[in-house]
Amino acid sequence: MTKFNFPPSIASRPIWGTLEPRKGKAHLMIADAEGAEALIDLANAAPALLTMAHLIYLPKDTGKRYSDALAALKPASIYVGPSYDAAESRIQRVLSDAHMGLQIYLAGTEGLMGRAMSAALAAGLPLAAIQTEHRGSVARRMQCVHCKGITEDVTTDPFVCAHCGLNLFVRDHFSRRIGAYQGVCVDAEDPGEVPPQKELYS
Amino acid sequence: MTLQFNDETFTGDYTFRNSKEAIRRFPFPFHEDSYMYSVNLEPHKPGPKGSAYEHRFDVDEHYLSEMKDRARVLNDDPLRCQSLPHMDLAGWDTLELIMTSKAEDYPDLFELHRDGNRWRWVNKPMAIDQSFTFLDTSTLPCGPMEYILRQTQGDFAILDHRENNLWMDAGMVTTQADWSLDFDIGMNFMEWHAPVPLAHQLGVFERALKFLLNLQQGAPVRRLNWTMTVNPNLDTSPENYHKWGPEKTTITPENVGEKQHLRVELQTLWRLPRSNALLFPIRCYLIRLEDLVTVPKWGRRLHRVLRDLPVELATYKGFIRNRPVIVEYLSQFDDGAPTSPGCFPD
Amino acid sequence: MSAGTAKIAVRVAEVVDVNELVKRFKFVRRDGGEMPTFSGGAHTVVEMRDGATTRLNPYSLMSDPGDRSAFTISVRRDDEGRGGSLFMHNKVKPGDEMVISYPVNLFSLDLRARKHLMFAGGIGITPFLAQIKQLSHAGGNFELHYSVRTAALGSYVDELTTAHPDRVHIYYDDKKQAIDLATLLDGQPLGTHIYVCGPKGMIDWVRNTALDHGWPETAVHYEEFLAPQSGKPFEVELAKSGKTITVGEHQSLLEAIEAAGVDAPYLCRGGACGQCETDVIAHEGKFIHNDHWLTEDQRTGCNKIMPCVSRFEGRRLVLDR
Repeated sequence: MTKFNFPPSIASRPIWGTLEPRKGKAHLMIADAEGAEALIDLANAAPALLTMAHLIYLPKDTGKRYSDALAALKPASIYVGPSYDAAESRIQRVLSDAHMGLQIYLAGTEGLMGRAMSAALAAGLPLAAIQTEHRGSVARRMQCVHCKGITEDVTTDPFVCAHCGLNLFVRDHFSRRIGAYQGVCVDAEDPGEVPPQKELYS
Repeated sequence: MTLQFNDETFTGDYTFRNSKEAIRRFPFPFHEDSYMYSVNLEPHKPGPKGSAYEHRFDVDEHYLSEMKDRARVLNDDPLRCQSLPHMDLAGWDTLELIMTSKAEDYPDLFELHRDGNRWRWVNKPMAIDQSFTFLDTSTLPCGPMEYILRQTQGDFAILDHRENNLWMDAGMVTTQADWSLDFDIGMNFMEWHAPVPLAHQLGVFERALKFLLNLQQGAPVRRLNWTMTVNPNLDTSPENYHKWGPEKTTITPENVGEKQHLRVELQTLWRLPRSNALLFPIRCYLIRLEDLVTVPKWGRRLHRVLRDLPVELATYKGFIRNRPVIVEYLSQFDDGAPTSPGCFPD
Repeated sequence: MSAGTAKIAVRVAEVVDVNELVKRFKFVRRDGGEMPTFSGGAHTVVEMRDGATTRLNPYSLMSDPGDRSAFTISVRRDDEGRGGSLFMHNKVKPGDEMVISYPVNLFSLDLRARKHLMFAGGIGITPFLAQIKQLSHAGGNFELHYSVRTAALGSYVDELTTAHPDRVHIYYDDKKQAIDLATLLDGQPLGTHIYVCGPKGMIDWVRNTALDHGWPETAVHYEEFLAPQSGKPFEVELAKSGKTITVGEHQSLLEAIEAAGVDAPYLCRGGACGQCETDVIAHEGKFIHNDHWLTEDQRTGCNKIMPCVSRFEGRRLVLDR
């Protein structure tokens, strides 16, 4: 099962949707891992849409499970790459070329969607032209409020900042500009008293 | 009356003090013996003489020391001042509003001379005499918002008005009650208020937003907000929480009157003319409990408010761990006598 | 909140015939002081004292937002209307003393825009005149497509094409010239915002075409002041103030409430801002909703009315006012 029902939360926490075909002059789709399933569902609903799309896919730990199925959807252009960092210059290139009328479809982990959304907004695309659908891991992309470093794929609360080493607790407060949730020192008032780590949503 | 400016610190040895006059004019926020969120906005009209509401932008005895503290914080962390690219015009609006208001309200401290777009600004307390061209950023040492806010007490957020919402797209924040401009910049009204407990369920933010979207030029409004801070630390930022957080553990029954401060924010909201944005100044006032209780009405009332405050609010405001000590201390000053309505001393 | 906004006492400094349908009015402060600055797209509400009748009509400010010496507006004569524009055309003379409101902007530029793409039809040009002046000072990127009936009725065409020959495009109806919208919408840079002001048909056409081309609604801004429609007189009970009033044939419900001395909030008086939204306590009859504020649910629920532009036909209407 790759769909997850997130518990209700505060107003700054994104509510991920379900991808739907939309009218547009160009279509950019970015997905990671199980996010491929959302694109396959979208293609089933609107086969012609995929043939107009530029598709960027990052399999992460799913290996070759989805790559062939995505290629079979016959997107106008497809890139399968090892990581967002590797794909970033390509994404920037596509965005710098884009015009109004572009529709963006993001699917997969919160980290991938947060990062790609942040890049698209910075390029000037209106938020309303971006659709999202969460699939797969519930890992989060966390920004340390203290050192500003970003830790990818956080699955526990608290966690250790990959940059400054502080023990951070996981907030639901999310910045679309940064594309990450906020992590705040968990033992600030009583240094060393770090609660035991729990899996997110456990 | 000529203001005497204090030489004091808001960090390290914490030499901040309120004079008798500053205590008397402190903007005490509780108009009754209990507290709950409400859309407590009222017109920001010049208030009683000598009060914190007398002028559009209050300048008090802490001015020079606060500006020194602001420069220190900005030097340590330049991300405390940010403006998204489209907010430049709103920055000029801000500069114009503050310069014209201060020059009119404090002619002995500030002067503004205008000849078309050629302006000269004189800030006597800070020994600044700056000639520049209005709307030409290259004639100022930094952006217009940063320039004037390095000379103005209080934090400022500038809210862009679009899509039937308000977006926090610029600001300078160095005296905040534990929120991060760097993280929140670009968020809309509902998003940056998201972490506040209870108020959403009460519909406070929907009502406040609806009101603010219709806020008109020339008709600013104000409200007070409050929290509790250990030591007179203006910069209680999340960025430095791991540095000031441990100070919360230093409160004892013996030192609570001296170390524990009531922190009040005088928030005003202004429609800016050129950009159609809203200016949101958040002016912080601190008072130690032992000074506050010198006004008997305030001592009685603060005791009752803090004692009866819902746990969620005491937690959100960050003083749940010290509440028992604070309430015990304040109880000495509450003889159970009724208090008069309104915030001002009897 | 009390009705409307802060007021400015002004004198009419100048009345100019722009063409056979349009007159331009210039207002200066009676006390000799400066006008407030404003943002392009803002309007002012002009109070017209016409004998026993008071009308409050919104007009877009067309002068330079940074010019604090005066405000100017342009008024198109509407011979079929309720008389506001006829009053301005026939009765207002230089030297007259009038009262106008502080500027209010319900059609402001999105200052994030990488490019401002403007569409004007007829007298809908006025807010763009101020916006273009604002953008020109700041080196802003804009493009105007302006549709007029004939050269003789093309208000401010010469001024615009002289100042901005590469950015302004004029289309004459009588020469069968039309805006090629589909082509224009294709290839605009990311971050372009569309603005449209003109007849309802034009606004709908631009909005729908943009939507079809994948532009989100948040990138398409429009302003359409609806003039209150005349209609059959009707009676209304005002529950809070305990009054029963009659709304005249050429009077709006809001005007009738005000004429009865009841303070009612408003900003745009054109069905757009939502400020005058009023709760319906009881009704027997049908609503004639003319606003574009209420949602479909609120309309079918029959529990709200926008008294600035909407009317009622039936036996009984009770409002929470």
